[in-house]
Amino acid sequence: MSRGFVESTIVSFSRALSRALMSEEIARQPGLLQSLDPRVRLIGLFALVLAVTLSRRLAIVLALFLAALLLAVFSRVSIGALAKRVWLVVLAFTGVIALPAAFLTPGRPVVVLAGGSLRITAQGMATAALLIARVETAVTFTTLLVLCTPWAHVLKALRSFRLPQEAIAMLAMTHRYVFLLVETASQMFESRVSRTVGRLPGAEQRRMTARTAGVLLSKSIDLSQDVYLAMQSRGFRGDIRILADFRLKPWDYVGLLAFLCAGGVAVWLGR
Amino acid sequence: MHIPDGYLSPSTCATLYAGAIAGWYAALERVKRRLLSRFVPLISVFAAFAFVVMMFNLPLPGGTTGHAIGVTIAAIVLGPSGAILAISIALAIQALFFGDGGITTLGANCFNMAIVGSLVAYGSYRLISAGSSLSSKRRVVAAAIAGYLATNAAAFIAAIELGLQPWLFHNAVGTPLYAPYPLRIALPAMMIGHLTFAGLAEAVISAGLVAYLQVADAHLLRGTSGIPASSEDLLIPRVTATSPRRLWLSVALLMLLTPVGILAAGQAWSEWSPTEFAVAGSPAQIAGAGSVPSGTIPAGMQRLANLWTAPFPAYAPTFVKSAAFGYLLSAMFGVGFLLTLSLLVQRYVERRRTMRYSR
Repeated sequence: MSRGFVESTIVSFSRALSRALMSEEIARQPGLLQSLDPRVRLIGLFALVLAVTLSRRLAIVLALFLAALLLAVFSRVSIGALAKRVWLVVLAFTGVIALPAAFLTPGRPVVVLAGGSLRITAQGMATAALLIARVETAVTFTTLLVLCTPWAHVLKALRSFRLPQEAIAMLAMTHRYVFLLVETASQMFESRVSRTVGRLPGAEQRRMTARTAGVLLSKSIDLSQDVYLAMQSRGFRGDIRILADFRLKPWDYVGLLAFLCAGGVAVWLGR
Repeated sequence: MHIPDGYLSPSTCATLYAGAIAGWYAALERVKRRLLSRFVPLISVFAAFAFVVMMFNLPLPGGTTGHAIGVTIAAIVLGPSGAILAISIALAIQALFFGDGGITTLGANCFNMAIVGSLVAYGSYRLISAGSSLSSKRRVVAAAIAGYLATNAAAFIAAIELGLQPWLFHNAVGTPLYAPYPLRIALPAMMIGHLTFAGLAEAVISAGLVAYLQVADAHLLRGTSGIPASSEDLLIPRVTATSPRRLWLSVALLMLLTPVGILAAGQAWSEWSPTEFAVAGSPAQIAGAGSVPSGTIPAGMQRLANLWTAPFPAYAPTFVKSAAFGYLLSAMFGVGFLLTLSLLVQRYVERRRTMRYSR
């Protein structure tokens, strides 16, 4: 059978799991971002992502990219891993989208190709470069947040921002069961591959995938019923109580000020 | 369809966050009114399921593969409110934990896929499957069409958001500051991929799941089927319709606010009338296009302009002197017309359903 789609699904599952493990590992290491309160990390990196999207000058976006690079180095995030997992992927995706803009954006032609039928315009090159730089920088900041903050801390930080408690409870619970369901689905696909000989026709491949998803859905609903009963047996009556035990230290205030100043200066200079 | 950070301007992101927050609030309120304690684990596990289904590589006709969103099966099993919350949570975890999809664009992604997707999926599934039994083949077809429509509706909205960026946000020399392609490129580029592959992937997985549930867990389909619940259906609590009073008040408030439109200076883009083209320089100024010949009415526009004369031209009936009152009157007429139309459709659907069950 054509194992391409099953194997690529299993690979995407294992990639998600390994990424989560890598994140937990990096988050436990001592580093600049790790030393800050998760709320400061969340607000600070969000402010920098916002500054990236607000800046209208390429030079300022590139300066923010340099800041992201320094943050990564001081937070002990491997530049090689960042380049392989983030920069190249984003470059491939956004590059394919942005490059035609160099030809399609109306403006002053700087390079004329194929006897005048293809023109690269100054405006086109500027917009393609700005888009690629902006997406690379914003994704780097987001990845730094994801890699340097354990999920439990992200949730705790979100609690402090007065998000509805139900939403926090659902985010926490979903995160927990994502890994269980990823593992279950992966095992289902692996067992199917191991007992299949030959090549399945396309329609049968689709039926198999839909049936796997169906079994996973039934298992999910049963699981939610079990979780509900477990919650009830522990006295859950619909009220969600969440402990918030973060305290800001002087170092956190310094970090927050630095993030907000950097973001503010970037927005001011890049306007 | 996951828009990353940097493709949309901050003001677009803020607007779509506002739209998403309104959707989340309404959905959470509806869900809370029912058994919250049961819904929290149900929606959480469903969100986890949607997250995993988004990672499935689905083989499609032609040898390629595609990814589904899972919004259609969520809307069919949980209803629109539950689906909005479940898919939003799956998208939030993708963005905040896996860095897939942006943080500033999370509101836009949730608005497109979770809110628009859920509502289109639920509406089209209910419409097509109305009156059919739980084991009917029509439900499988309805799920496929709902999946196809929901994915394409979400992609269409995303394409509009992206296509508006170069027109709304460019610098003095005309360099687009965010997504660089105008609507005429963004729309076909986005829709070709979704009309062919992505829409098909959602259609296949939704139809396959409904067909599976019909055999394995038919009671999961009952919540949104319109068929009266039996005692065994307590697993999926149905979200009942809310009190219409708040809705009526909102509609009344919006109607009262319609004259605010008069405050806007100039004409909305692409809503020009032939007379505005006759004014030298006006269309070029509005469009920022530069290439529109000033003082010339396009021949096609002039030919088609008189095909239909509206009863309330420019929201101002000819017998009304006050522009604000004209807007209000137009709003009342429009709302009244739509209400009458929806009541007639509702009556028709109810009658068909009654006839089917009495057979």
